Order: sequence, then C-alpha cells, then structure tokens
Amino acid sequence: MKHSILLHERGDDVGVAVADLKKGSTAGAVTLEGRSAGSVKLLHNVPLGHKVAMRPLAKDAAVLKYGRPVGKAVQDIPRGAHVHTHNMKTLRWMV
Amino acid sequence: MISADKLKLTGYRRPDGRFGIRNHVIILPVDDISNAAAEGVGMLIKGTMALPHAYGRLQFGEDLELTFRTLAGIGRNPNIAAAVIIGIEPKWTDRIVKEIAKTGKPVAGFSIERHGDLRTIEMAARKAKEFVQYATELRREPFRVKQLCMSTKCGESDTTTGLASCPTVGRCFERLSNAGATLIFGETTELTGGEDIVKSRCITPKVKADFQRVFDDYADLVKSQGVDLLGSQPTEGNIRGGLTTIEEKAMGNIMKIGRCQVRSVLEPAVEPRGAGLHFMDSSSAAAEMVTLCAAGGSVVHYFPTGQGNVIGNPVIPVIKLSGNPLTLQTMSEHIDVDVTGILRLEMNLDQAADAALRVLESTCNGRFTAAETLRHDEFVLTKLYRSA
Repeated sequence: MKHSILLHERGDDVGVAVADLKKGSTAGAVTLEGRSAGSVKLLHNVPLGHKVAMRPLAKDAAVLKYGRPVGKAVQDIPRGAHVHTHNMKTLRWMV
Repeated sequence: MISADKLKLTGYRRPDGRFGIRNHVIILPVDDISNAAAEGVGMLIKGTMALPHAYGRLQFGEDLELTFRTLAGIGRNPNIAAAVIIGIEPKWTDRIVKEIAKTGKPVAGFSIERHGDLRTIEMAARKAKEFVQYATELRREPFRVKQLCMSTKCGESDTTTGLASCPTVGRCFERLSNAGATLIFGETTELTGGEDIVKSRCITPKVKADFQRVFDDYADLVKSQGVDLLGSQPTEGNIRGGLTTIEEKAMGNIMKIGRCQVRSVLEPAVEPRGAGLHFMDSSSAAAEMVTLCAAGGSVVHYFPTGQGNVIGNPVIPVIKLSGNPLTLQTMSEHIDVDVTGILRLEMNLDQAADAALRVLESTCNGRFTAAETLRHDEFVLTKLYRSA
C-alpha cells in the first residue's frame, strides 16, 4: 500500500499526514527510511501536515515524535485520532 | 553525491580578503529621519540601493550598540562594494563610516544638519556616482568554499520542514562545514525543547556555557512576560501547518545543523571567526534574523519554509527550500529548491542536498533567487528595548 503517513522514528506516538486524509479511511505509515510502520484507521479528517495518533495515548502522557517528548496529551487520545492543539500541549513555557 | 569543495564559486574579492557574491553600492541611513535623503540618492544614481529602516534615534546601551553593529556590519558585508552613509548629525555617522572603512572598501559619510536634505543628496549622489563606477569595474573571480560565509534560518515552519527542507539544509551544512565554510545559525527561542541537543554539539565547556547563558536569557524574558506564547511560538502559520508545540517546532528547526558541531556563540550581528558552524543569539523573526546574519558577514542564506514564508534580504540572496506539496502547488514562484520528493520517498536527503548545493552554486555565481526577482528586500533591525 502506498504510504500516506510519515514517521521520524519507528517508535513515535504520532505520524505526519503527507496528504489530506479522510475520516474512516485506512492510512499506511512508513518511516523516512521507507520501513513500514503498519496502518491506522482514521477517526477524523486530518489535513496535510497534521499529526495522527499511531497508538492510544493516555491523558498526561508524553507524546513522542523524533523519538523524543514534544508535548503531552491533555485528554485520552485514541489511535487514529487527529492530534493537535485541542488535545496536546507543550511541556515548556507553562504559565 | 556533490562534494562541497568541488563547487565552482565566483565572487568579488574585497580589500579585506573576504569574498562577496553580489556587488552592491548601498546608501545607508544612520537613522529613520535620514531615510528620505538616502532614498533620494538611491533614486538619482543608477546602480545604488537605499536601505531605509525604522530606528537609530535616542537608543541607548546594548540596544544602541546592536544598531551600530548591525548598520556597520551591513556596510562591511562582502556583498557590498562601497557604501554611502547618511545621518542627521556627523558624530554617529562617522562612527559607522569608521567601522566600515576598516575593511578597506570605499565608504563616505554625509550629515544633514547645516546642509538640508537637498544639498546632502547632491553631495552624497556625487560620491555614489563615483562608487558605482568603481564597483562596475570589478570582475568576478573564483573562490574556494572555505572562503564562503553563509547562514540559515527557517520560517513559516510546519511538519514538512522537520521532515524534508530542514534536514536537507542539515546535510548541506555537514558537507560545507567539512569543506571549511563558515556557517551561522540562531533563533534562540526556537530551540526550546531541543536546546540540550545544541548544547551537546558545542565544542568546549566555554561554548556550552555561553550557549546556556543566552538560551536562559531568552527563556527568562518569555517567563517575565507571564503569557502563553501559543500563537506567537508556534505561530498561527505553524499551527495551521500542523505544528502543535514549541518543542515539536524546535526539533524540526535543529535539523538544519545536521551533525555539525558548534564552534562559538556570537552576540547578534557579530562576525564569526574561523571555519565551521557558529550559533548567533537572535530572534526567530525572519527578516530580523536574516538581517543580523548579513551584518555578521553571511553572503548567502538557506531558508527552509513549510507554509511559505516569502522573505528576502536586500544584501544577501535568500534561497528557499520547501517540502510542502501544497506550498509548491500554490506559491511556487517563491521556492528555489523543491524537496517534496522526500515526502513521497522519491528522493533521499543526499539527493535533496545535491539539488540545494547546485542552487547554492548558481546563486553564488550570480543567478537571482526567487526572492531577489520578486524584490523581497526586507531590511529589519532588531530592537532590544524601548528608546530613551
């Protein structure tokens, strides 16, 4: 299957949509080196460049991208969900 | 794979031995109220370029020093053949003239008080005419990559910059650094979340400590304002492009330095000494940062963009790289290097770096970048705090 999600590292919690993805469709994921990272059924429409949860993420869990925490889940996020400012926040500059 | 030391570069050798890839005669105002006279000269004399800006009056302390250093650095930049400086009064004007004169290039200062705009324009225009005739006699000659000083900064980043355009620049910078080029990066706040990576690349404990100090200064400034930077860092454009947090943005940003080591930490607008990669403490606002790089002696700039930042600079050519297919589809006139193939896995980073180095070579040899053809001449001084 042609890929539509790219991952920086195979173990990342989120992948990047490389095209506009439709809710209900199944998207194939690969790493930048072209290694398969399985596929995921989308729970929402996800625009090009936005993130998709590759596994369920519990509220307050760190979100891994580039193999590193780049924020935390502020609610439980199911696999296949759109991940963005509505359900993920920075771990820095908290006021 | 293109080796950076095989690039065939030509440029203008300046009296201080540095090489420029453009040959501008600039008319540089010292302060905002001298813009009109500078622009008057620019309109009269073909081949000159006036660089109006918003500051230069009643600044003090570190903020004033930065303005002086930026204006003098712009005049000193090797892309400048000669400079006419115009200020309201002679003292600050002479200060900038003297700094530029240290490079050995032709420079002359004029001040408006006791002459008025019109007589100042006439005197400055006669000198500018002489400078243009000097500059147009200069010829390009070959130079080595180790004589190249260049910079990078990304803008309107999104998730594609971290996947494609920033790591492409990283791969180029690894090759250029190995070939002995002098390289500048910065964007202090945008390293938040990946600052440990940059710190780990600093070559000595002193450089590490210098980096930590400037990083902490910015973090303290952000904290002191007591505000949530969401919308500013990441920007609304970043968020539209899929970036959610500053850490995520920083990780993409840091890809631009590849596996290079950091040789020194520079105050803004300071010229780096020695080959390799240098970190310049700087804002992440595109026009400010590129202007600071130009003041630091960079002669050409790699600018990865996701959503499509359209910035250019009057002194140094800005080469844009993008891996975002929507940006290439909707605003391709701004993009010099298309690396969308990385997202389709049709192109690897080494191939993308080859494409970017080919564009660097042709740009150095005189080909205009997209931003140059589109007249993107953003010249923006960094202001540190309010004036007296």
